[in-house]
Amino acid sequence: MSSYVAIADRDHEIEHHDPQTFIRKYVWSQDHKVIAIQYGITAIFVGLIALGLSLMMRLQLGFPNEFEFINPESYYQFITMHGMIMVIYLLTALFLGGFGNYLIPLMCGARDMVFPYMNMLSYWAYLLSVIILLASFFVPGGATGAGWTLYPPQAILPGTPGVEWGILLMLVSLAVFIVAFTMGGLNYVTTVLQARCRGMTLMRMPLSVWGIFIATILGLLAFPALLVSAIMMLFDMNLGTSFFMPAISSMGVDPGFVGGSPILFQHLFWFFGHPEVYIVALPAFGIVSDLLSVHARKNIFGYRMMVWALIAIGGLSFVVWAHHMYVSGMHPYFGFFFATTTLIIAVPTAIKVYNWVLTLWEGNIHLRVPMLFAIGFIFTFIHGGLTGLFLGNVTIDMPLSDTYFVVAHFHMVMGVSPILVVFGAIYHWFPKITGKMYNETLGKWHFWMTFLGTYAIYLPMHYLGFQGVPRRYFAMGNTDFLPESAQALNAAITISALFVAATQILFFVNMIWSMKSGKKADPNPWDATTLEWLTPDTPPKHGNWGPDLPVVHRWAYDYSVPGYEDDFIPQTVPPEQAPAGRDHGVVD
Amino acid sequence: MPLAVVLILLVVGSVIFHFVSPWTFTPLASNWGTIDLTINITFIVTGIVFVAINLFMAYAIIKYRYKKDARAKYEPENKKLEYWLTGITGVGVALMLAPGLFVWAEFVNVPEEADVVEAVGQQWHWSYRYPGADGKFGEVDAERITMDNPFGIDPADPNGQDDLVVAHPEAHILLDQPVKFLLRSKDVLHNFTVAQFRVKMDLVPGTQTYLWLTPTKAGRFELLCEELCGIAHHTMRGAIIVDERADYDAWIAKQQTFAESQVVVVGNADIGAAQYAICGACHGQQGEGSVAMNAPKLAGQSGWYLQRQIKAYQNGLRGVHEDDTYGRQMAPMAATLFDDASIANVIAYIQSFPDTPAPHTIAGDADHGQRLYRVCSYCHGKDGMGIQALNAPRTAGMTDWYMARQLQNFKDGVRGTHKQDFYGMQMGFMGAIVQDEQAINDLMAYINTL
Repeated sequence: MSSYVAIADRDHEIEHHDPQTFIRKYVWSQDHKVIAIQYGITAIFVGLIALGLSLMMRLQLGFPNEFEFINPESYYQFITMHGMIMVIYLLTALFLGGFGNYLIPLMCGARDMVFPYMNMLSYWAYLLSVIILLASFFVPGGATGAGWTLYPPQAILPGTPGVEWGILLMLVSLAVFIVAFTMGGLNYVTTVLQARCRGMTLMRMPLSVWGIFIATILGLLAFPALLVSAIMMLFDMNLGTSFFMPAISSMGVDPGFVGGSPILFQHLFWFFGHPEVYIVALPAFGIVSDLLSVHARKNIFGYRMMVWALIAIGGLSFVVWAHHMYVSGMHPYFGFFFATTTLIIAVPTAIKVYNWVLTLWEGNIHLRVPMLFAIGFIFTFIHGGLTGLFLGNVTIDMPLSDTYFVVAHFHMVMGVSPILVVFGAIYHWFPKITGKMYNETLGKWHFWMTFLGTYAIYLPMHYLGFQGVPRRYFAMGNTDFLPESAQALNAAITISALFVAATQILFFVNMIWSMKSGKKADPNPWDATTLEWLTPDTPPKHGNWGPDLPVVHRWAYDYSVPGYEDDFIPQTVPPEQAPAGRDHGVVD
Repeated sequence: MPLAVVLILLVVGSVIFHFVSPWTFTPLASNWGTIDLTINITFIVTGIVFVAINLFMAYAIIKYRYKKDARAKYEPENKKLEYWLTGITGVGVALMLAPGLFVWAEFVNVPEEADVVEAVGQQWHWSYRYPGADGKFGEVDAERITMDNPFGIDPADPNGQDDLVVAHPEAHILLDQPVKFLLRSKDVLHNFTVAQFRVKMDLVPGTQTYLWLTPTKAGRFELLCEELCGIAHHTMRGAIIVDERADYDAWIAKQQTFAESQVVVVGNADIGAAQYAICGACHGQQGEGSVAMNAPKLAGQSGWYLQRQIKAYQNGLRGVHEDDTYGRQMAPMAATLFDDASIANVIAYIQSFPDTPAPHTIAGDADHGQRLYRVCSYCHGKDGMGIQALNAPRTAGMTDWYMARQLQNFKDGVRGTHKQDFYGMQMGFMGAIVQDEQAINDLMAYINTL
């Protein structure tokens, strides 16, 4: 028999020291909420840089050769940094470091992360990785222009920008980021497993926590593949190894490599890279489920199926990686296997979509700002998911691979869709985080312009791909098979992109203005059931719960339970005081 | 309510856009209609799902929009419905996957009667090798690659002697005859894509990959590199020309074998001196160039570059544009060198000239020029000495007013627009990024410091 006593049962024995000084409270803070905000602000800051880089690219594509500072060298640096920042330093950091940190302890009924000191280190290591990454803009030769996939041999040979310092800093920054993520990730997983309050069984957890939890496990398993490939590439660059470098003749010179395999790198990269898609998507799936349920006043439809679908997607995401490599020159027989696994992953993903839509069905839908973003997400995610069925099917991938169809697909599915969830989530939890209400009108304008604007960017982009416009081209020049109207379409896309970027000002104005002068928020403005809305203070203080931890008696989705006056029953309400709901009073 | 209306409009609008917009698949020119069929099946299945789910969602948003006295239904699960939906999704997925796998099996297995052509990629151009009369390729090795043996063919391998080596980005293939392209890269990853053929595959250094197709339309099809291969990735173009039998045979007959390509024509400077008399009238007795005669300095320029330009003039790739006044003067002069030997002789003579830097005639902001030259330096070298493997001539110490004029010509499309002038085309791409005359002058001011 184990003598282990759950953390929640030892709560009164554990001493809680409130941080006293400003520095300990807000800078070297070990409070998960402060760390979450640090992560969030840093991630959004680099995200804005990456947004700016995308506008540089769009300017060149829409209006070629009009600006001296956009040349082939800087263009390839822009695409590389844009992609890497958006995928890793914005989305991964924001969903896990930001929302994960904020929501896991609050939604699980914990006082903090299990390892607060490591949590603090995680943020500072993340900040260091960001600084190293951004420094590469200022070193001789500038940032790397190898594309965010950093494929060797090209990434470390002359002919690619940033071969002097940029690629080195990129690889080092990634390694530091992975260290940061590992410290945070171990924390999130351990906290979910060990620090839930009494009564919070796994099958009562909100889907936000489930999504973040599974995504973190994926990250812990996938990032090591990126770490080793970064280290191996550093060895190839500096120590004369040839892991990824075959014998070649580069610009007429033999650089002295022999016997390595560029495809090996691709396997390692995508063994990380594909789960990475779900590291971003699963937290978004979880969060959007909660937004839909709360604002539709209805339980999430098919909760168990939703949990199992998250787990299934997470598991399958490790056996589909080579669908990024159908035309990479790997053995063509792999195509059969990876096309099959890839299309199978569509089934649990489709189930999630059905269940979101069925959550709306027979609901009582409040179209508040978070809900608008959540529904917008469903639309863009359906679109991006369906185009994935084209690319995942090995045969169809051949004409479309490396074209703008791919760019449109992944921006729809892992750019626009998760970002809509990020916005929805920020609006949704803004009252809890700041204690103030945001401005509803500004929020709605922000939604409409972002949603419609991004669709205007990416829908037509698919069709450029059908025509055969390749991605990662600085300029098309005169290409016989493309009509002149393709350039006009590119100009229109650029104008939409500039418009969408400009409208993000509404978001920041809203946030900053509301934080200072917004209406004081009710502790539970959406009448939600989950624990984070039941804290004694808003915003929650250090330790979250006051003297006693909450005790949970039901799942997170008792909305509109028949026989109860309110249309929600908080998770802490015992069955004696309200209908038992799904759980019938029985703990699973 | 507005949200539901907008969702419906987006669905309807997307479907309309799909059917009426002018942007759609480039017309097919190969046997791979089965790929298009697979795409169409996928379009139908995913299109139905897209329309159905979104319209259902819009309907739900209208029907169940917030009402004060309404209440949502409490329904945690509906196993039967969930199983049905899972089942239907499974069927839909199988419907799309099955044809995909069948077509892929067809692609993986190359017909035995297929012709074989090797396409070789390097930064940033294409070349090709045909197996020649014996139908067999000679062994190649990256470590054997030199400027004289750009394919790295083993000179001791008898199979390689009759290989046809096409050191030019244009290849010809035969109409209605299956052809397998063996793909090989000398340096980094590249990708072989002809949009009209539908199939594509990466070129991977250190190994060999392939794709196959049967061309069904005669004509010229652009070949694009679609795997990021460095700064000039977007300029790595080629062409695949699909010929009827007679044209194809005639083209093949004109190609050089590997053995022929290894016979180096050594120029004789003494004979060249006599032929140079015509050249010297404008370019100067020591190849020093003359502003008055609009003739650039030749001394010190690489032999391979001079040879290529003389041939470009002879073959009408250069000096034919109506605005290229001075190029049009040069074209008939180039024609006086009637064979390869006489070209080699003249070049041998030019290479005997002393290489004194050309006089500086252009003033500009060299610091600004240095920033601009960063992009140029990838091919022309940081020292401006040119890199033959990248087809980039020397710029340092050469004639500034001439380079400025040529850069302007590239920018204006006066030079580098002939379909077969692939290297000029590349320079056209790069010339386009230079903003104006001032920028050109600044660039020249910097090159003059090299």
